[in-house]
Amino acid sequence: MMVTQSPKIAIVDYGLGNLYSIARACEFVGLSAEVSSDAAVLGKADAVLLPGVGAFADAMSALQKLDLVSVLKETAYSGKPLFGICLGLQLLMSESHEFGVHEGLDLIEGTVERLPENEPDLLHGHGRKMKVPQVGWQPIDEASPGSWSQTPLSETGLGTYQYFVHSYYVKPTDLDVVTAVSQFGETEFCAAIYKDNIFACQFHPERSGPAGLAIYKNLANRLSEGGFPQ
Amino acid sequence: MAVRIIPRLEIKGPNLVKGIRFEGLRVLGKPEAFARHYYEAGADELIYIDAVASLYGRNSLLDIVERTAAETFVPLTVGGGLRTLDDIRAVLRAGADKVAINTAAVQSPELIRDASRKFGSSTIVANIEVIHHGNGRFEAYTDFGRESSGVDACDWALRVAELGAGEILLVSIDRDGTGNGYDLELTRKIAEAVPVPVIAGGGAGSKEHVGQVIRDGGADAVSVASLIHYNLIKTLPMDDEAFDGEGNTEFLRKGGGNKKLADCGIRELKAFLAASAISVREAA
Repeated sequence: MMVTQSPKIAIVDYGLGNLYSIARACEFVGLSAEVSSDAAVLGKADAVLLPGVGAFADAMSALQKLDLVSVLKETAYSGKPLFGICLGLQLLMSESHEFGVHEGLDLIEGTVERLPENEPDLLHGHGRKMKVPQVGWQPIDEASPGSWSQTPLSETGLGTYQYFVHSYYVKPTDLDVVTAVSQFGETEFCAAIYKDNIFACQFHPERSGPAGLAIYKNLANRLSEGGFPQ
Repeated sequence: MAVRIIPRLEIKGPNLVKGIRFEGLRVLGKPEAFARHYYEAGADELIYIDAVASLYGRNSLLDIVERTAAETFVPLTVGGGLRTLDDIRAVLRAGADKVAINTAAVQSPELIRDASRKFGSSTIVANIEVIHHGNGRFEAYTDFGRESSGVDACDWALRVAELGAGEILLVSIDRDGTGNGYDLELTRKIAEAVPVPVIAGGGAGSKEHVGQVIRDGGADAVSVASLIHYNLIKTLPMDDEAFDGEGNTEFLRKGGGNKKLADCGIRELKAFLAASAISVREAA
């Protein structure tokens, strides 16, 4: 007899980030979510989600102290779905330039850079500049035509608003991994990446209302169907 | 970027309440039911402020936060009586994304620094409640408007940003609940001075007031309370669970409201702003 079980997603707990809202969003779309800092739990889950709020260097040293770096790399190499949110996206990169140069997980080649100064605040005008951190709702768009049709954004409409809170953004070397972009003032930045079994976004889908939950639902459906097409 | 429209729900015990200038709190109903209605109507975030936590325990607040977080998926900020890192952790664990801190920070500013280091700047909102004494003199008040601090609101705003607060919730006590419009002078002064986003609050009595505080006050986001609460009360059937609160809802059942308010719902407010070329997130 076949028993249907909801896919298990492990949410990496390294002391930073809004783990509870992520766990609730996962449960809302039918995933079984476990918040854990145990490498064995991460190893057994059907998918791993790396969240994060705060400073890059603190996060990397927390992951090292908890001995989670190797299990995250193994997850990525094994083909198991790995998701990153906000700082969790930035940690996947080779290095960050936040307060000095810090090495990342190096799963996606590229850097993490500070949002540019002196971007015009188009909403208020009068020569006002954009504030950093960028806090609020921004539309996301395709990086190039069809760039997100095969990704967990496949059912997300172009120009859909998502919630961002960030001072830094990622710059992948290989532009083909950029699946979604957004705007900061007049500068376009990478809002989401997709590469093989890795999907990660700068915005917070768990805080982005129905449009964000739809992305979790898409992830859940892919996991139920056995993961990502390789 | 889209301007954020943020319902502000003041809580006393199990109830959503609203007063005028932080006084004469009336029971309106159940906060979690109002929050859910606002979420569905397109609220960009939600703010809960416990009006009495400075004085009493707050177990019921944590329950309300937990229930709200389970059914709304936009950022939830919770404030009122948070004094320590442990208090903050408890509220975040219950499901809040950010905390708003006023009284304890005025008493010991290092709380803002410690909390933003511990939980990240984007989690820490400095709640600055202000009385305008005239002649451009703005003073920060603590304890839900009961205690004067002697601190200049603008100096304090710069200081909290320096200490690591990621946002400022700026509320005019003398405009709160009046429907007379936001304090544009206060908002402009602070929104232009600080490097972090400012959420303007206190005084919205019409859609036009909201547009003004964005255009002329330079607000990065707006909080609204009476304007939408009294509208929701009018549009919900009396048997909606929103009214299932404890305490005196007699006033509501008699069809009471604030006559100064040209109240409106969140959808209507956003449609108005969009028509005035102010970018808002379209409700789903």
